[in-house]
Amino acid sequence: MTLSLTYHLQVINLLAALLLLISFAMLSQRRIVGLITLFAWQGAALSASTAIVAWSTGQHHLYYSAALTLVLKVIAMPWFFYRLVKKLDVDRDVEPMINIPTTMLIGIVLVIFAFNLAMPISQMSGTVMRSTLGIAMATVLLAFLMMITRSKAIPQVIGFLAMENGLFFAATSATYGMPLVVEMGVALDVLVGVFVLGIFFFQIRETFDSLDLKHMEKLKEK
Amino acid sequence: MEIYWVLGIPLVGGIFLALWGSRGNAPEINAFFSLLTLIAASILTARIVADGPMIVGGEGWFFIDSFNVFLVTLTAFVAFTTSLFSRPYMRIEKEHSRLNDKRLRLYHSSYQIFIGAMLLALTTNNMGILWVSMEAATLATVLLVSLYRTPASLEAAWKYFILCGVGIAQALFGTILLYFAAEKVLGSGGTALLWTHLNEVKGQLEPTVLQLAFVFLLVGYGTKVGLAPLHNWLPDAHAEGPTPVSAVLSGLLLNVALYAVMRSKVLVDGALGNDLAGNLMMGFGLLSVVLAAFLIKRQTDVKRMFAYSSIEHMGLVTFAFGMGGPVASFAGLLHMTMHSLTKSAIFFAVGHATQSAGTQLMAGIRGLIKTNPTIGWGLMLGTVAILGVPPFGVFASEFLIITTAMHEHAWATPFLLTALGVAFASIFGKVQPMVFGETELPRLPYQPALTPVFMHLALVLMLGLFIPPYLADWYRQAAALLGG
Repeated sequence: MTLSLTYHLQVINLLAALLLLISFAMLSQRRIVGLITLFAWQGAALSASTAIVAWSTGQHHLYYSAALTLVLKVIAMPWFFYRLVKKLDVDRDVEPMINIPTTMLIGIVLVIFAFNLAMPISQMSGTVMRSTLGIAMATVLLAFLMMITRSKAIPQVIGFLAMENGLFFAATSATYGMPLVVEMGVALDVLVGVFVLGIFFFQIRETFDSLDLKHMEKLKEK
Repeated sequence: MEIYWVLGIPLVGGIFLALWGSRGNAPEINAFFSLLTLIAASILTARIVADGPMIVGGEGWFFIDSFNVFLVTLTAFVAFTTSLFSRPYMRIEKEHSRLNDKRLRLYHSSYQIFIGAMLLALTTNNMGILWVSMEAATLATVLLVSLYRTPASLEAAWKYFILCGVGIAQALFGTILLYFAAEKVLGSGGTALLWTHLNEVKGQLEPTVLQLAFVFLLVGYGTKVGLAPLHNWLPDAHAEGPTPVSAVLSGLLLNVALYAVMRSKVLVDGALGNDLAGNLMMGFGLLSVVLAAFLIKRQTDVKRMFAYSSIEHMGLVTFAFGMGGPVASFAGLLHMTMHSLTKSAIFFAVGHATQSAGTQLMAGIRGLIKTNPTIGWGLMLGTVAILGVPPFGVFASEFLIITTAMHEHAWATPFLLTALGVAFASIFGKVQPMVFGETELPRLPYQPALTPVFMHLALVLMLGLFIPPYLADWYRQAAALLGG
């Protein structure tokens, strides 16, 4: 391994650690606006790490996915969510269903679990980033935890998108990214999905006068 | 060439209806585009039957063999008959002012896009694009489930979006792992996710990775098949959406999701050389059959009840595919067809019944045979067919599945038979008073358009009595592709 590759590896590991840190920060964030900012930062870390992998390995199509991430997840989506929050006037403190210290403890357990799960696979990975697969998996699980513990609609969706970030990171860390056509397709789906949700939020708001999903617990098996 | 027509027509239809769909004749345009798709699909089928499997486009973008061409025809056919049913149905909904022109435009446009996305999922050769189009099919239907904008329908659509979104994210992870394994053998780049390429080298793929990939793919796509315990979204989405949407969700989307699972299973079986994938599918399938059968008993809403029945039948098909082997795969494919045709026919009849009664609660629907004999008989015959009474085709496929299970996995037979018995007793006991009970309601002033119901049921009856030899051959070929 050349000197420059080791250096790149360190930067990538740093960004991966940052990604995990942001995931924890998201778990503890009470305000929706704060959550959106954190989501944008997570996207930025992801985009930067993708660009560095592209640079150090010479995989040119990864530059496109880095740019796509930057445009969609750092600029377009956070901007869209900011506007949505403003328009719907929902930026108040959100009380998670489980208190925050407990959530953090569960989060730590999940991270350990993720590293154990990823161990056999990352040992096979010949790519420069074998240690990062565990972090990617941990990010997915932490985002999942956030979706479970929040009762408001927007935090749940941000959790969903953070999960997608984790998956994307898994794709770059284990395989240098999926084929470009697939990545474009996934990006298109995510974009359309966020758009559909935007419409959906207005419908929910119109009908329930709130974006709290506690109102939406009527459909259950009796 | 035909493949581009099959995929292009729904796309053009979707865009056309999005732009001009608020006109009065949008339902006819919708039916017209669906008919064109069906014609294109039939030509494609004829071509495959004559020439055998084919790979089309650039690096091999599309791959069509006996297995997916059969689902393409089924999808195009049910999509067409549903568009025929939805024409008068949605018009009456508009007269009852449950919908307006704007929402109907959204409905018709999304309907075409949904059909197009499913056809793309079926015909694409790329496992990544398969994922993309499955997700597109979900997104196209989210706003359809919430079309009535009632609190319950919004809740159902939200649940559908989030649960299927999380599910399909698992499938994406599975696809990433698949690519991770494939890249080592096929090299990186666009072709490493092509199913035909993967199928050629499946023996060399890393078993540990593929094992994990299959678990994620099964859980992910299984959520969309409605396999227990990931089925929670399904009854809500089916019950709260408009009835034509319930019919296509139940009759088509579940099949397409199962198709995705089966394509993955073929690869994983080749890589692992053991029964892990099959056993997992049998487990999920059996659990779905049993759980759904007992939940059917507790339902009060008629569309919810038939939604649970869909879970039960998809569980049965999954179980059959899990067992593998020529007979079980054959039976699974046959059951898939029978379920699609019968269940959509039932939803058509149920749609008219709930529309005329003004409620979906079974207690509120009584004496359909008196208010309108056509709806009454349609619902009764459909119910009898789905419960597996001979001579309908469902009996033939269920019989094959159960006899195979007796031979190969005798332990599962008591569970299957009990579940089928419980489902029979509950559904029949609930539908009987709906059709033959006493009612004070006057006869229905208009004649409902139920030609599609009897068309479907006639097909199911015909296939129960006699499967034409070329069709049987076709099923056998498809079963062989599944590793039978």
